[in-house]
Amino acid sequence: MATPVLKARAVRQNTLWQRLSAQFSGNNFLVLITFALFIAIYVVGVLVYRSKNFGSLNSFFDMLNSNPGLIVIAAGMAMVMISGGIDISVGGQVAMYCMMFAFFMEKKGANAYTMILIVLLTGIVFGFVQGILVAYFRIQPFIVTLAGMFFARGMTAIISTQTIDITNRSFMRLATFKIKFPFGGYTNAGGVYQQPFIYLSVVLALVAVAVVYAIMTWTRFGRSVYAVGGSEQSALLMGLNVKRIKLGVYTFMGFLTAFGGFLFCLFSTGGAVEKAQGFEMQAIASSVIGGTLLTGGVGNILGSFIGVLVQTTITKFINFNGTLANGWSSIVLGAIMSFFIILQSVFAMVRAKRR
Amino acid sequence: MVEPLVTMRGITKHFPGVLALDDVDFTLAPGEIHALMGENGAGKSTLVKVLTGAEPFETGEIRLAGNPAPVINHSPQEAQERGISTVYQEVNLCPNLSVAENLFAGRQPHHGMFVDRREVNRQAARIMADIGVDVVVERQLGEHSLAVQQMVAIARAISISAKVLILDEPTSSLNEQEVARLFELIRKLRDDGMGVIFITHFLHQVYQVCDKITVLRNGHLVGTYAIEALPRRDLVAAMLGRAFDDMAAIHRRSEDEVDRGGAPVIAARGLGVRGGIRPFDLDVYAGEVVGLAGLLGSGRTEVARAIYGADAADEGTLVVKGAPVKHSPIDSMRAGMAFCPESRKDEGCVQDLSVRENIVLAEQTKRGAFRLMSRAEQDRITREYVDLLAIKTASLDTPVKQLSGGNQQKVIVARWLATHPDFLILDEPTRGIDVGTKAEIQRLCVELAGEGMAILFISSEIDEMLRTCSRLGVMRDLSKVGELVDDEMSSSAIMSKIAGDEAGDD
Amino acid sequence: MTERPVHADGEPRRGVAVLKAIVRHRIFFALVCLALVLLLNMIVTMATSGSPGSFFKIVHTNGTFNGPLITILNRSSELIIVALGMTVVVSCSAGVDISVGAVMAFSSSVMVWLLGYGTLAQNDYHVKAYVVPLALGMLAALAVGSLCGLWNGFLVSRLKIQPMVATLILYTAARGAAKVVNSGQILKVDLPNFRWFGNFIQNGAGRNIIPLPTPIFIAAGVVLIVALVLRFTALGMNIQSVGINNRASRILGLNSARIILLAYVFAGLCAAIAGIIASSRIGGIDAQNNGKMIELDAILAVALGGNLLSGGKFSLAGTVIGAITIQTLTTVLYSINVSADQLPLYKAIVVVVIVVLQSTELRPMLNRAAAFVRPRRPAVAVAQAGE
Repeated sequence: MATPVLKARAVRQNTLWQRLSAQFSGNNFLVLITFALFIAIYVVGVLVYRSKNFGSLNSFFDMLNSNPGLIVIAAGMAMVMISGGIDISVGGQVAMYCMMFAFFMEKKGANAYTMILIVLLTGIVFGFVQGILVAYFRIQPFIVTLAGMFFARGMTAIISTQTIDITNRSFMRLATFKIKFPFGGYTNAGGVYQQPFIYLSVVLALVAVAVVYAIMTWTRFGRSVYAVGGSEQSALLMGLNVKRIKLGVYTFMGFLTAFGGFLFCLFSTGGAVEKAQGFEMQAIASSVIGGTLLTGGVGNILGSFIGVLVQTTITKFINFNGTLANGWSSIVLGAIMSFFIILQSVFAMVRAKRR
Repeated sequence: MVEPLVTMRGITKHFPGVLALDDVDFTLAPGEIHALMGENGAGKSTLVKVLTGAEPFETGEIRLAGNPAPVINHSPQEAQERGISTVYQEVNLCPNLSVAENLFAGRQPHHGMFVDRREVNRQAARIMADIGVDVVVERQLGEHSLAVQQMVAIARAISISAKVLILDEPTSSLNEQEVARLFELIRKLRDDGMGVIFITHFLHQVYQVCDKITVLRNGHLVGTYAIEALPRRDLVAAMLGRAFDDMAAIHRRSEDEVDRGGAPVIAARGLGVRGGIRPFDLDVYAGEVVGLAGLLGSGRTEVARAIYGADAADEGTLVVKGAPVKHSPIDSMRAGMAFCPESRKDEGCVQDLSVRENIVLAEQTKRGAFRLMSRAEQDRITREYVDLLAIKTASLDTPVKQLSGGNQQKVIVARWLATHPDFLILDEPTRGIDVGTKAEIQRLCVELAGEGMAILFISSEIDEMLRTCSRLGVMRDLSKVGELVDDEMSSSAIMSKIAGDEAGDD
Repeated sequence: MTERPVHADGEPRRGVAVLKAIVRHRIFFALVCLALVLLLNMIVTMATSGSPGSFFKIVHTNGTFNGPLITILNRSSELIIVALGMTVVVSCSAGVDISVGAVMAFSSSVMVWLLGYGTLAQNDYHVKAYVVPLALGMLAALAVGSLCGLWNGFLVSRLKIQPMVATLILYTAARGAAKVVNSGQILKVDLPNFRWFGNFIQNGAGRNIIPLPTPIFIAAGVVLIVALVLRFTALGMNIQSVGINNRASRILGLNSARIILLAYVFAGLCAAIAGIIASSRIGGIDAQNNGKMIELDAILAVALGGNLLSGGKFSLAGTVIGAITIQTLTTVLYSINVSADQLPLYKAIVVVVIVVLQSTELRPMLNRAAAFVRPRRPAVAVAQAGE
């Protein structure tokens, strides 16, 4: 008795329009708006700071080059938020991984590739423990990852309180590996052509985002994460193993954080106690700007990437201006976030009213 | 004899302080629709939960067809793998996923590690077409009506190669057409050899569709009967365990007893909500019980909400005892109104607060946050209404969520009686509660009217309204289409008015 | 029908029941935690000083009382105040206000900015010109804090934005704004009575005339006021009602939006008070460090106090105990020479132990483990009552 018993009537054929509107009826619409807004901000930047080559490919790649870690972790954050949870331990973890790289390679002479493996494993274990506490002990994710954050920050200081710069050759080779682009550059004041490039870390970051996106969109696990976030109770009654799915989410997030931490370290090439301060909120902000709701069940991995771009563009704006105090970038970011958050809320209200 | 699909023997289970199931036997044969009946707290839900593994049990055994040894399901998932699917009263699906994904969550067809979305949508469309529900399966579930969501839940359950289908009050959010369609579906499933367990509070539905009835009372098995062997009156008697005289003892007041000399307690003129209820007029006088009849979604709840100000009215006026009132709950309360909303869980109970707090909340709010009632006064009021309504609770400090559905309903009624209203709105006060409490609430209604209260009573059961109301407003398609008084009131008259027959229209 | 089993317990088991009720009470666990941490502290102090009971010793020197307990209370003042605001916010909106630390910095920055515009000579950031009286400056800080709370509350209550997302805005922006107000400098205020609020109240000659640090009085005052308000009004019940079932509360005539709004204003106000204490302690404003990470400690205090972060019922006493527990733990760790940077690790371990012990899943899990060891017992966990 595998299939329903009723005799089949004509299967409904849906029009293309119906399918399209179904695609964009949900939160995907918000991602579109975010994207449009990013383009708008960027175009304004290009026009205003024409003399400073804001519009060059170099300038755009620069944004990617300085944020490979955030790109990966923001994608992971969206996944956790979609599952109905949150992970605020990522900043602490990133600092810890940077310190692990710096301390063990510089002070203990560890091999760079061994360290990458160790860091990734540490991340998986870290995520697994958090996942056990969230899923099997039913402790609120905020509290669990708060403890995770404290733990990681403390552990960073226990490994070393020094500021250590990384000089390890094979690590630095990875860090400085550039992929050059033959077009889109500019000639600087000295008359030298600046060729645009991206670091290897950016490629790795984008691959990671693509993988997370694919998992969340096309695998049973990913769709189950959406189900759990939409309604945990329902997911349970539908026969999904909610605990295992949550454990999977946090373990995967641990891996992504370690990977992001590695990429972060490739860019910052050093370890220090105060590294990656406020990083968790940047990741959450990216996801929120990208249309992911903290209540769970709704969100888009690619939105987080756009969220990162929006944030970095704003920072760039402030930096290009040069005369503004450093407090301004966070004020402007706050303003942009207000805009998105209020937009989402109004959007949700209109939808609720229409029904 | 055919091997039964499910055999439960000697099931016993305790909840803290309560014997929930005491040595209960239950057998389900293939190809039968088996009603599980009982008052609230009789143990129907618990028995089903034990079967599906949602609750553990202490002693007894469960045998399933095809398993030589007794089985214990530890989770609904495990039960599902053994061919037992459940559809609950509240839709337990994910509103953020598409209809298709809800049908296939956790068991999507896939290529390698990736889900085959096109196949998911195709199969989903086929399943929904099979049961005759017209939906775009790519659309989010949350964008569909509750009835459609319910149908999707059923579609999901039956598409999981189920041998046993449990329907736990599946019809409470469906209109009659949808119920008919559901029954058609269930019968077809039965004819195909599936076993269906059907739980409902609607007695007439049992007789429409079921083959057998098992009755539980206070955790004990009363008996299992063939449907022909148990007429409705005997069923009620079996459920209640006492002679069925309670209902008969209720005598509604007639319109002649109502004094229409003074101003009505409430007078609505052209009250309407944009996109909701169309403008309507309604007068309710002191000492009368006015009913609102109509199908689900006909606007009966919306009338109540507009009068009370739960939905702010966009047009029209409302005059209470001669003075106009603004449209907001607090103003309505101050004007002497009280409103027991339709959804006990969503808009009634404050679950974690105690019985005491739940009862005094409305009166306290009416007085204002800065004029706190003394503890002694709170206790006095709470005790008074706990006694008056015979609310069964361990103590006054027990969180209201620990009470049974019927007692929760009484707490909400108590909350409003404590405000000493002149005008009481009861929206489906008897839904989902046991027959005994139903009778109590109906009697209370008539008594309160006798003491001079004006009452607006909404129910989906026409019998209930015929028993309690002296006047009926009839609703259809979000408009008030007429009124029936005293002698005009009969089941058939109401039906034709609701249906919009020419004869019934004026 | 008058029979009504109000007292279900039979007489003989009365004592057991009372004991059970005490153990199950939400504050009980918080108290046990505090007791444990205090005990730990006592042992450590005893080990380092050599004399038993020196942890509880309070000495009177130079007109003030000194001792570990006083220090702990003094240091936990800001946390207690901020956590009170957090408790109310968590209760009625089922979410956390993560902006309180930034609001502390911002409101005190505005205060210092109002107090003086002084020209900033190199390496001398002392504000010497007092534009407005101290009291007015403080009022301004309170006003700014309340306004920040109003904004948060508006987003949460009117626009229905999840609290953490709504407060993420000010979390991001307010500290930046504080830096902009102060031009990114650490500003000192040279008014002697400015330092009173974070230290001791002194007479003209610089002698301490009140023997206890002022923050203790401020924190006690705030706790007392809130306790009195809850005792003599129905606000507490209303807040919990809104937190548990917003829609039912609306039908009940409660203006839930206004209640939530006020809760956030209160949280902002609390943050401003804490900000004044924090800046008064150092005699100026350090926008980078004023209230840094205090939101996390405050949330922790709320949770340690046995309050659910999912909202609803709350206990003020629990929160206060939670805050003191955190500070006591910090003190004990400092006294065994744990550096400030390493501190969070130990905090994390304690937090995990406490929340795991509080977890409702722990008992069934242990039961299952026990059943696994002794298979004779039925493998059925103790079930909670159905809904």
